[in-house]
Amino acid sequence: MSVLVYTESEQGTFKKAALEVASYAKAVANQLGTTVTAITINVDNASELGNYGVDKVLNVSNAQLQTFNANGYAEAIKQAAEKEAAKVVVVSSSANSKYLAPLLAVGLNAGYASNVIEAPASTSPFTVKRTAFTNKAFEMTQINTDVKVIGVSNNSFGLVENNSNASTEDFSPSISESGIKVESVDKATDKVTIADADIVVSAGRGLKGPENWGMIEELADVLGAATACSKPVSDLGWRPHSEHVGQTGKPVASNLYIAIGISGAIQHLAGINASKVKVVINTDPEAPFFKAADYGVVGDAFEVVPQLIEKLKAFKAQQ
Amino acid sequence: MKILVCISHVPDTTSKINFSEGDTKFDTNGVQFVINPNDEFGLTRAMWFKEKQGAHVTVVNVGGPETEPTLRKALAIGADAAIRVNTAASDGFSVAKQLANVVKDGAYDLVIAGRESIDYNGGMVPGMIAGLTNANFVNNCIGLEVDGTSAKAVREIDGGKETVSTALPLVIGGQKGLVEESDLRIPNMRGIMMARQKPLTVVDPIDASAETTSVKFEKPAPKGAVKLVSADHLDELVNLLHNEAKVI
Repeated sequence: MSVLVYTESEQGTFKKAALEVASYAKAVANQLGTTVTAITINVDNASELGNYGVDKVLNVSNAQLQTFNANGYAEAIKQAAEKEAAKVVVVSSSANSKYLAPLLAVGLNAGYASNVIEAPASTSPFTVKRTAFTNKAFEMTQINTDVKVIGVSNNSFGLVENNSNASTEDFSPSISESGIKVESVDKATDKVTIADADIVVSAGRGLKGPENWGMIEELADVLGAATACSKPVSDLGWRPHSEHVGQTGKPVASNLYIAIGISGAIQHLAGINASKVKVVINTDPEAPFFKAADYGVVGDAFEVVPQLIEKLKAFKAQQ
Repeated sequence: MKILVCISHVPDTTSKINFSEGDTKFDTNGVQFVINPNDEFGLTRAMWFKEKQGAHVTVVNVGGPETEPTLRKALAIGADAAIRVNTAASDGFSVAKQLANVVKDGAYDLVIAGRESIDYNGGMVPGMIAGLTNANFVNNCIGLEVDGTSAKAVREIDGGKETVSTALPLVIGGQKGLVEESDLRIPNMRGIMMARQKPLTVVDPIDASAETTSVKFEKPAPKGAVKLVSADHLDELVNLLHNEAKVI
């Protein structure tokens, strides 16, 4: 009857989103008066989960799951849910979790609510709050099935510490052969990804050319932030498509979003609105982005950004 | 190759989002509907398969008669045929069940759906169709080639991309990158005229219960005014971000 949570890892280490979904699962378990079981795949040491309320860990070590494949991972989680007789299965909003969740929902014949931002408003009927209309509204969704799959929006619930003694047991689900074979992966391993970042530094056409991105990267470095860009910038080929954020690009739900030289078209705002605090730096005081921002600086990016880097370096040195 | 492109009928991005009937229904008053942008990238890629590889392209939507103009637009862009499953699109899972039934009936080799619709943002329909029809599935797909029954796809992952090989039957959760924005087509007069002659078949829905129900909507609280900081006093910005917003 426990709540099952899939705690995602990369190269054997938990992602921040994994600890967030564990925190969420604990909140649901408290509401239902039950315990939390986590499933981990190819993780060496799962003890960290005991800080976030996990009571039991099902640890899967399986060479077939060495690289991510949505079907195989969904099968493993489904079998864990069945073993635990879980009524609620919690996953994150990472690209991989959003990939496997619909397959998992079909496997469990479960209603699935994605982009959920709060603990359930009620557990009978089971109702959760999620974002809809690309962050322009919230939807209260009632899940009608016996088993429910919940996708928690990154950075929405936060990490909640709850000490528990997590016991670990090995779990060996049977995994069918994947119809999808990974040929190559092209990924910058030395950079913070937009999905995982607490802070995102994003720049637009106001930067005038790709040669001017040095200061954006430096600002991101100082803040430990990911870099992103507006759609015109990726369309012009100044920055890779993988940095494009907005309605047709990647969604952003960071704690701090700094937009430099981006006017704030509605499609851009739709994609980044889930960020908690927005700072805009733009020469044009009429730029629509100022209406959506928390803090603004009207000024030339080429003067403001280098100064801001210096101020932040001084601030970091003090800390 | 038989391709089915799933078309979601969604409010245009610039639409005002309002709710009616005590905030329980989306208010369609004055709203312009369009092909869901993520679906349009997929439809345009399907046109490439039609023109270069002789694929036959059918578009499908689950919805009432009011969604037909959106399907006609897809026909005007170049799809060969359209199907409308005659029932209100209530939740992602039931829509996926309706679509999976169409896929099985038509024995499609390739199903292209957008990674998510821009209205409900469920992000579940493509994966569920794959699960329900036992097809291979690639989500967040930004590149697709098909050769006979084998396919090569590029998937966007957090922080990069991966290239995979797979086989038909295949379901794609598509997005920008399948084609570029500049490749999208605006229907011309000839296309619009031809679209009137193309078959738009209305089929009855299967019995598929809604697994989730929308009970209420709310809009975000109105945003307070932006706090402007002088470009000459950036210390103040650092101070606000640290002490007030507590984000650095």
